[in-house]
Formats: sequence, structure tokens, C-alpha cells
Amino acid sequence: MKMLVCVSKTPETTTKIQLTADNSDLDRSGVNYIMNPYDEWYALVRALELKEASGGTVTIINVGPAENDAVIRKGLAIGADDAIRVNAEGGGSLYIAKQIAAQAAGYDLILFGKETIDYNGSEVGAMVAELLDMAYVGEASHLEMNGTTATVTRDIEGGVEVVEVSTPFALSAAKGMAEQRIPNMRGIMMAKRKPLNVIDPVEATATTSISSYELPPAKSAVKLVDPEDMTELVRLLHEEAKVI
Amino acid sequence: MVLVFAEATNGKFKKAAHEVVTYGAKTAKALGTTCVALTLGTVENAGDLGRFGATKVYNIAVSNGFDSGVFAAAIAGAAKALDAKVIVLSHNSTGKNITGRLAARLDAGSAPGVNSLPEVSGDKLTVRKTVFSGKAFADVEILTDYKVISLSGNSIPVEESGSAVDVETLSVDLPSAKVKVLETKRAEGITPLPEAELVVSGGRGLKGPENWGVITDLADALGATTACSRPVADVNWRPHHEHVGQTGVAIRPNLYIAAGISGAIQHLAGVNSSKTIVVVNKDPEAPFFKAADYGVVGDLFEVLPRLTAAIKAHKSL
Ligand SMILES: Cc1cc2nc3c(=O)[nH]c(=O)nc-3n(C[C@H](O)[C@H](O)[C@H](O)COP(=O)(O)OP(=O)(O)OC[C@H]3O[C@@H](n4cnc5c(N)ncnc54)[C@H](O)[C@@H]3O)c2cc1C
Repeated sequence: MKMLVCVSKTPETTTKIQLTADNSDLDRSGVNYIMNPYDEWYALVRALELKEASGGTVTIINVGPAENDAVIRKGLAIGADDAIRVNAEGGGSLYIAKQIAAQAAGYDLILFGKETIDYNGSEVGAMVAELLDMAYVGEASHLEMNGTTATVTRDIEGGVEVVEVSTPFALSAAKGMAEQRIPNMRGIMMAKRKPLNVIDPVEATATTSISSYELPPAKSAVKLVDPEDMTELVRLLHEEAKVI
Repeated sequence: MVLVFAEATNGKFKKAAHEVVTYGAKTAKALGTTCVALTLGTVENAGDLGRFGATKVYNIAVSNGFDSGVFAAAIAGAAKALDAKVIVLSHNSTGKNITGRLAARLDAGSAPGVNSLPEVSGDKLTVRKTVFSGKAFADVEILTDYKVISLSGNSIPVEESGSAVDVETLSVDLPSAKVKVLETKRAEGITPLPEAELVVSGGRGLKGPENWGVITDLADALGATTACSRPVADVNWRPHHEHVGQTGVAIRPNLYIAAGISGAIQHLAGVNSSKTIVVVNKDPEAPFFKAADYGVVGDLFEVLPRLTAAIKAHKSL
């Protein structure tokens, strides 16, 4: 089975978000970047497990500038066979989806993370599936392959739905799909020699742009309530916060 | 025209459907146009959506079972047939499966997971959404002719502004389904987390799954949905759909009560949009207190039963 795993680069989860003086962007000084956790822990690792079980290849793709190579090399160190980087920056979700779709012919399974932890869009996977006229299962927490047929469990509000699809198809991976893997020394050494093909973007226009950012208003100081007096807390929730 | 996709679960609308219709009606008003709703498959009392501001409801017959490709084709087909340029849907599990497909199909700019009504200037729409898992907001300008917006749950209050309207059947060309639904399992009778207005959540401070009674008793007294921190779901003390935070469900209830949760940055990322946060922790230095509106420094095994009793007393007044 030929598998393509789409990975994105995001600020590390403990990043304290600060903005540039004109609020036009995140202040990127001092920000550490990682591979988007859903892409790494769930999509990539599940693809590797499937390869280990029944053979095939795992290719990583990222749309981004040369500085993303570190994140791509990590994916190769974890076990992907080769990688593609479409040399482009920005553009928004549909732009990125069009770049991926242009490289995605011939794959049996295309895996995404359920969302990126920076823009929280949850839409690139579905876009690629539509552009390639493929089945798509979003927020999948379980995947079993049986030849060319797959049984996929997807998370829904307060439960799950189990579906059957045939290759080729795309999915976005959520918790439950696999367990995080830490690359070992051998993997890191081998990653340096694995192919990372840099490709020029196809023509596409941006469909959205972000005009400005804002931080949430600072919380006023916590009001402490006597642990013996929960009637007072109920009164505050009812009369002051008006939430019960 | 604004077209709203109103999802029905087992033929019935939930709050998310009323929220998107309210949102669509208000957006239409700002644009000086009308808002119509679209339902797919068998739906009871579809015309009822008129109460939330839809001037008409359309229905397209689709075969049973959810397939993102079929749903996106139906919504895009309706948008074209009705010449609706703004399309609104819910940012829930169904919406997340469709939004991207719809945007790709219509070559449209999309804003997934918005939190407030758009700002309109001429033909341009600017919408605000949370980014960095709730740590910031971004104002997104949609630059295309067709515009797709998905609305986060609990972002705007549902408003009634009209009465039931007519339902008309629409037929558009649909592709055949590529996904076959084998089984749908839902916890019955519980408001799912993303829709819940009241949430009671427990962390590692609970010490073990056998102690969860203090959380569920409080949740029952309030009519709240239960949630948990990530390590609790990781060790299977609680089902993983209860895990909230950066890598779990992001929620924005009116009230979030957290007991025995330290308030790690990744936990806060998924809950800090809650309107009111109550933290119960025996450690006065717990970072969660900085993000809380009300704090109780104490042993949760004593505090929660006391709070449950006080809620019951309040409700019986
Ligand atoms: C990439 C990444 C993503 C993550 N995503 C998430 C996420 O989505 N959601 C999430 O929750 N975490 C997430 N985490 C984990 C997060 O960093 C914390 O480890 C986790 O939230 C801690 O869970 P906790 O608060 O339940 O446990 P702890 O941090 O162990 O806190 C337990 C708290 O209970 C209190 N306590 C103990 N006994 C009592 C008592 N009797 N009465 C009152 N209080 C008591 C203690 O004082 C303490 O504050 C993520 C971590 C990483 C690295």
C-alpha cells in the first residue's frame, strides 16, 4: 500500500502566544516549532504500523519553506521512507490542499492529523479528498485494513461511528489511532540519507487572509470562596456570573 | 442569499442547528439579504427552523448514512441552484467532515470554527475565529465570491425571530456514497461535550476511577456533562471522548468546574473560552487559579459533595 502522510509545522504546545506590535502576526521570536502532534503521533505512526504489518511505503509531504526541513527529517527519523516538500509559504488552507492534491496521485491512503494546533481549521484533509474525488473520514480514532477495504471508527459528539471504505481514501487521525513514537539514534542517522524532494508549487490563489490577531482579555483575579461555604459559591454562580 | 446547513440527528434538530440558523439570519440581515435553511434526508418539522430566522427551508433527499462527499455535493448544489453566496454550517464532527470539501468544490474561501458574527463591508466578510487552541483570535477575511463559514458551538445565543415556514423539496445531482456506515454509537440522554452549557471535569487529583462519583453526582445535580484531563483518559479512568484540552475536545460552556486538575497550558488551551471557570484544588499554587473566575482551595472529596448539596438546595428553592 502506498501511503502519503501530510504534516504541518506548528508552535510547540507550551508556547505563550504573543503578537507583533501591529497585531498582524504572531511574534515568532523565541518560538519553538514541532511537527503538529496529530500528524506525528497518530497519522504518521499508524501509517508506519500498517507498513510494518503488510508492507508498502510511507511518504511525508509538507507545504512550506526550507526551514520546515527539520520537522520533515524528524518524520523520516520516526520511520517514513521519503518526503516531498512543496516549496511555498502561506496561502491558506485551499492553497495548501491544492499543492498536496497535485502530488497525491497514485496513493492508496492519504493521512492527515485531525487539525493543526495553530489554526485549528480541520479542513485540509477534506479539501484534498474533494479535489481528488476520494472518500474521506474525519477525526478517525481507529483504522483496520483488510486488503483494499478499511474499517474506520470516527469520533462524533458523545460517541463514535464505524464506517467501511475502500482504497483510495483519505482520513484525519485523532487520539486512539496510534501511540507516539520517539525516534531512535539509528532512525535519526538514516533520516539524513533518505530522499527529501523539493518541488515547486502549482499555480493557485489565496482564498482567505488574516487581517489581524487579538489576544483574549486578561482574566481578572480569581475570587476565592471559603471551602466550607459552598452555598456562597452557588449564590455567586447564580447572582453574579448568572450561569446557573 | 445566505444558505445554512441545519443538521438533524435521527431526524431531530439539536441546539447546533438552531445556532447556525440564528447566525445565518443575522448575517443575512447585515448583508441586506435573506437566509434559507437546507436539511438533508428525513427530518421532522423542518419548517420549524423559520422560528430562528430562516425565510424558507429546503430539503434534499439523501440516502441514509453520512458521507462527506454526498453531503458536500448536496450543499454546493443547493448553493448554486439558489444562488446563495454565503454558506453557514456547524463546526462539529459532521461540519468538520464537510467544510473543506465544500470550500474545494466551490473554490471558496472558508473560515472554520468562527466565534462571532461577521463584519460586512461591501462584498467582503471578516469573521473572527480562535487560533492557537484558544490562546488568540484571528480576524479572517474571505476573499472569494462563495464564502463558507462554520460556527463553533456555544458561540452565539439562539434567538427566535419568526415562525415556522414552508419546506420545499430540491433535487440536485448527487454522487454515489463512497463511505458505508456500519454502526453509530452514542451515549444516550447526555448532552455531548461540545454542545454542553455546563461541564464538570475531573483530573488526576481524583486518584482513581472508583472515586468519580463526586464528579458525576455534581454533574447530575447541575444537569452538566462530565469531562476529564488528558492523563485521566490516557489511563482509561474515563472514556477518551471526555478528554478536553489542546489535544482533546475544545469547549466553550457557560460554566466549567475543574476539580483535581492542575491547569497545564495544554489543558487550558481547550477550556479557556468557557464563560465562567470554577477551580477546586487543594494546592493554592495550582496554575489553574490564574485562569479561574472562582477558586476553592480545599480537598475536592469534601468540597464537591458540599457543592452538590448546595446546588440541590438551590434548585429546590
Ligand atoms: C503535547 C501535549 C498535549 C497535551 N494535551 C493535553 C490536553 O489536551 N488536555 C489535558 O488535560 N492535558 C494535556 N496535556 C497534559 C498536560 O500537560 C498535563 O500533564 C495534564 O493536563 C495534567 O492533568 P491533571 O491536571 O489531571 O493532573 P496533575 O497535573 O497531576 O494535577 C492534579 C491536580 O490535582 C490536585 N489535587 C490532588 N489531590 C487533590 C484533592 N484531594 N483535592 C483537590 N485537588 C487535588 C493537585 O494539587 C494537582 O493540581 C498535554 C501535554 C502535552 C505535552
